[in-house]
Amino acid sequence: MADSLIGEDFVPPDVHSKVTGRAKYAEDARADGMLFCRLLLSPMPHGRVRSIDASEALAMDGVFAVLDADDLPAVDPPETPVLTNEPCYVGEPILAVAAVDEATAQNAIDTITVDLEPLPFTVDPLHSLRPGGPNARSDGNAVVRREGVREIKWTTEDFDAAQDGALPVGEPSVEWSYGDVDRGFQDSALVLDETFVTAGLSHHSMEPRTAMAYWQNGKCFLYGSTQSQAFVIPGLARLIGIAPENLVYIAEYCGGGFGSKGGAYPVMAIPAHLSKKTGRPVMLRITRAEEYYTGSARPGFQGRVKIGFREDGRVAAVDLYLVQENGPYAGFGDYTSAADAVSIVYTPVAMRFQGIAVATNTPPRGAQRGPGQNQIAVAVEPLIDKAARHLGLDRVAIRRVNAPDHDSRYGGGQSDITSAYLSEALDKGRARFDWDAKQAQSGRRRGSKVIGIGVGQAYHSAGSNGFDGLVRIAPDGTLHIHTGVGNLGTYSYASTARVAADVLKYQWDHCVIERGSSERHLPWNLGQFGSNTSFTMTRTNYAAAIDAVGKLKDIAARTLGGSPDDYDIGDERVFRRTMPAAYLTYAAAAQRAIELGDRFSGQVLADNLNSMTKTSARALAGTGLIGVAKDTLPREGTVPALAAGFVQIELDLETGKFDILEYVGVADCGTVLHPQGLANQIKGGAVMGFGMACLERHVYDSHYGLPGSIGLHQAKPATYLDVPLRMEWDAVDAADPQNPSGAKGVGEPLLGCAAAALLCAISDALGGHYFNRTPVVADMIINAASGRGQSHTPLQVNTA
Amino acid sequence: METLLGCTDLGESSSNPSRPGVGPCEDATISPLTRAILRRDFIKGVIASTGAVASTAYLPGGSSLARASAPGITERLLSLHVNGHVRRVDVLPQETLATTLRYKLGLTGTKLGCDRAECGACTVLIDETPHYSCSTLTHRVRGRAITTVEGLEGPNGEVHPVQQGFIDELGPQCGFCTPGQVMSAVALLTSNPHPTREEARAAMAGNLCRCGAYDQYLNGIMRAAGEA
Repeated sequence: MADSLIGEDFVPPDVHSKVTGRAKYAEDARADGMLFCRLLLSPMPHGRVRSIDASEALAMDGVFAVLDADDLPAVDPPETPVLTNEPCYVGEPILAVAAVDEATAQNAIDTITVDLEPLPFTVDPLHSLRPGGPNARSDGNAVVRREGVREIKWTTEDFDAAQDGALPVGEPSVEWSYGDVDRGFQDSALVLDETFVTAGLSHHSMEPRTAMAYWQNGKCFLYGSTQSQAFVIPGLARLIGIAPENLVYIAEYCGGGFGSKGGAYPVMAIPAHLSKKTGRPVMLRITRAEEYYTGSARPGFQGRVKIGFREDGRVAAVDLYLVQENGPYAGFGDYTSAADAVSIVYTPVAMRFQGIAVATNTPPRGAQRGPGQNQIAVAVEPLIDKAARHLGLDRVAIRRVNAPDHDSRYGGGQSDITSAYLSEALDKGRARFDWDAKQAQSGRRRGSKVIGIGVGQAYHSAGSNGFDGLVRIAPDGTLHIHTGVGNLGTYSYASTARVAADVLKYQWDHCVIERGSSERHLPWNLGQFGSNTSFTMTRTNYAAAIDAVGKLKDIAARTLGGSPDDYDIGDERVFRRTMPAAYLTYAAAAQRAIELGDRFSGQVLADNLNSMTKTSARALAGTGLIGVAKDTLPREGTVPALAAGFVQIELDLETGKFDILEYVGVADCGTVLHPQGLANQIKGGAVMGFGMACLERHVYDSHYGLPGSIGLHQAKPATYLDVPLRMEWDAVDAADPQNPSGAKGVGEPLLGCAAAALLCAISDALGGHYFNRTPVVADMIINAASGRGQSHTPLQVNTA
Repeated sequence: METLLGCTDLGESSSNPSRPGVGPCEDATISPLTRAILRRDFIKGVIASTGAVASTAYLPGGSSLARASAPGITERLLSLHVNGHVRRVDVLPQETLATTLRYKLGLTGTKLGCDRAECGACTVLIDETPHYSCSTLTHRVRGRAITTVEGLEGPNGEVHPVQQGFIDELGPQCGFCTPGQVMSAVALLTSNPHPTREEARAAMAGNLCRCGAYDQYLNGIMRAAGEA
């Protein structure tokens, strides 16, 4: 057995259930007398409900209730409502019907008359920013952080000033800068000024979101599909209109979220409300098509970036403007995160950022794996190649010149970071991919096919702090690690739990992970999103285990004499250093903890714990030795997750198709906790990246606001045949100094680095043609290869 | 619809003992003669007893309300050969196999990812051939041997080599597509026990995975085939 569980592979406790079909997802929940509900969706991109006549539906056999926006508490704009009287996109839920089965519910919906007044709409932010342009919402068109919705229009002069398809630049809603940007451009040997578009795209998790709810003894029991566990509860309780302690939330498995199920989302609350109304359990199954409406999406950018390079490739200045297609509601801060990412990946000497999030009548947007950081990676990385080509520099070398080190600064505030090993990741990937030899193959022809190679890099913040850990040593000697983080499929709930086992020097097969339901008494933890789990949860589990170690030593001293400092732990015993024969087994210590009560078995709790943690610890009180603590370890600065990807393709100039021959992904995620889990993330992130780069996009008809990509075959997530036959991975495996295990998260940049590398390889195969647009699809490649113009204009969005 | 209700061309397997693939998954304790008797008595017996699964409350495709006692629909009551057992079940003409499995037989290992033949999460074996159960009418598989992920385990809980391969290679991420991936891989190795990686990839191409776990699944399949 290894001295430490960290860095060792293991079989996570939920894998067997996944391969045997025993794993229970939300749609697998059943309850006696369960009703089903269906939704009435908006047929138009923007409208106002004048009246609803559901009398015929309510008179039908088997129909139990109709729920509409008037039944629900209002939400504060621009938050997404559960149901609405002002639908702002095609497919937005207006009302819900609960019936004995789905067919009856759907038949009932077909009898309901909704009188809708059409309102102006738009699917293009620039359209909305024009003087007199339509607003996607009745209260405005710009979603401004910390302010809400207001109307912002650019001037005719703003639009007229932009030439040759360049992004017009008008009033932003957010702006920051550092350094002397003008001076930076003056000092540059090369200045690129480029306009680009990145498409919006759906999350399309494999599990369409489902929720089932019932009420019992004043509490709401809800089975949901979320990445996170504890973090979901406050928001979901608010949507249901109850106190968090009256919600029992069950989410043992989540069939994919990628950001779209990070916290509570509005449709989850519908079965809870309908269950309250009918007195019966209610299940809501979202269909695949509906998933493309309510299932969230990555916002697209219309952007412009001016980058000044010195002769050695060093980025002297960046001026970035981003217009975010925000959907109609709050959306997510992709555009600001994108700017922060530029500041750390290229460490420009000076930088200015301006941006605006513009409401559109397309689905609500939310965080999608690397929200903002990955859009900017696919936009800017090919431009770094363009600069390298102009300056005669190697494409890995130009990235290395600009890569951050531990002293680099982050964002507009130029704040500290904890560690950065991007140079090491580039070096490792360069060697493993054999970049120099592959470089020699670049452009090599075989009939109509040509070889291209590319390198890409990406960033995401990767850790938080201040959450609670909770462990229990039972009188049978087993360690129960309570984790409220969630189970999105990375196995990090388990790999971070192993830190507690490690601290307590437990054998892993003597440990049980408690998770998946409020009834398991879980601590308050951050959600499982934002590449944060490895950093955040190692700290909380460490804190709880350290608390348990202290209590073990204290109990031993009280029982066997001496002071706690005289004791140490090992072999699941607490023993006196100078007299190893004097010991308590963990089982005996747990029994003593119960006898001693007080803080030892959870009767007395620290004030700084979250109320959810306190409730859980109180429920466990008296059942063993309770280790419970808030993570108060120091953290100064942003935790960076960085990644580099290397791609070789063979591209057919006649068909526009390409095969990805090779992929190598390298992660800077601090110390590697779980090699197999990390490999899954590196490869899976790359698969999503290939989709983002070349396959996936929202399609909207600008005339009627109708969607053209509401199926998997239209929205095109990557298949087995779109990715390399084999994929390779590696990690820097260097510790972050501000984590007790050295760990950082990394899930998100693994998408962006692969997407960027693929785009760079395509441009390389085409001899330096840069599309300034994602996705790059086959017809665009054919047009480029044959010297024809593209079918879209440079700033067009939601194109087919 | 007439054909489906009458089921003249989709009779159960004993009338066609040469139908390939029926044998291995049938309950060995039921002889063809017994099966015939069971079939004959099935409808009467089922109507009178609570032995059959008759709940129709979940049907996405059709309501139970108006039909429960309508005349001329007794063919709804049929025997399905699922995972080596004969299961008696009340099936509407338009009902999909995925619905029957998940909502009537409690076999929730089969997942519905799209319900329209795009993703493969609902893949089951019908006479050893992988099918999307979301797009297969239950009435069309009467008498055929249906195997779901629940039917792969041995009597003492031993997992299939494909499942073990997926465990060893940490194939699943979120796990939602996994049962479908497992069934397609089992079908592949039945027809081609030693595929090349390229052949395995082609055989698996009808199963989507948004987590992008394709590489690990292929590793698991090659390991199960003894090629890794």
